[in-house]
Amino acid sequence: MSKEHEKGMSLIVKTITRLTVGLILLYGIYIVLHGHVSPGGGFAGGVIIALSFIHLMLAYGKETALRKLSKAAASFFESMGAILFLGIALLGFTGGYFFLNFISKGEPFKLFSAGIIPLCNIAICLKVGAGLFAIFVALVLLKFDSEKR
Amino acid sequence: MVELYILLIFMILGAIVAIEVKDLLSSVVAVGAVGLGLSIVFLVLKAPDVAITQLVVEILCLIILIRATLKRDLPFSTSGRWVFNTFVTVGFIALFLFAAMKCLKDLPEFGYPAMRVASTYLKEGLSKTGATNLVSSVILDYRAYDTLGEATILFTAVIGVLAVVRRIGRKRVEEKIKEEDE
Repeated sequence: MSKEHEKGMSLIVKTITRLTVGLILLYGIYIVLHGHVSPGGGFAGGVIIALSFIHLMLAYGKETALRKLSKAAASFFESMGAILFLGIALLGFTGGYFFLNFISKGEPFKLFSAGIIPLCNIAICLKVGAGLFAIFVALVLLKFDSEKR
Repeated sequence: MVELYILLIFMILGAIVAIEVKDLLSSVVAVGAVGLGLSIVFLVLKAPDVAITQLVVEILCLIILIRATLKRDLPFSTSGRWVFNTFVTVGFIALFLFAAMKCLKDLPEFGYPAMRVASTYLKEGLSKTGATNLVSSVILDYRAYDTLGEATILFTAVIGVLAVVRRIGRKRVEEKIKEEDE
């Protein structure tokens, strides 16, 4: 393996990645935020966000991607998403029961509508995106003794 | 319905290729073709949410599988008790086909009629939850417990992976399993 190969792929891939990775991240955020209006939702959007970071890691090597989102930060966001989701569910007890939609419903087809559903989408997106990125980092960067050499 | 059957036949062929081909990378590509076919099937059946999720998760799994199989000599056993294995496989296929024949007779016709619970969601979903995407209103409002369970499963999976593949112990520097990029 050559020296420059260790820092990622070729110049063409790097240029294309630089142009597209922001759009992919933006599309993931769009899918998450509009999960209650159009098809999509927290899970799909979270995976797209994770894929944008994986794209960065495949093209530029691990240092650049881990500088944007380190492994500790991924673990933090993952746990934070889980706690956020559970917290939103527990806040339903202010009105009566678990997972009560306690915010006003708003007007249909608007971005700010549907009560807690967008908040739940954001929590799930944090959880899924950070969790899958952490799994990818852990699985891909793992090297066994026999392969080191 | 014709395009549905064409896609199903395409997926079955892709699965057979994925099993039979000797090269691991070609096998992974065939699995990806099966996933793409499944995503298009969901799109044909008018379920865009599931189609998006299937496509995106398929891409992620494919990247992980390609990174895992590329440039790596994994043990691949083809020899063995193939007579016994074939008999077991055929027996189980016959068993499952028999069970399916018994069970599927009682199911309602494909996509018709909408069930009682589903028709309630369709009628009252918008006014009760305010979400225009009914799938989102079902998974995050009516059936939020299921989503909580799914989130718990994913959390446990991530914790498990991070615990299993972490750096082992605190040894001396040269003995440590290094986390390096390829």
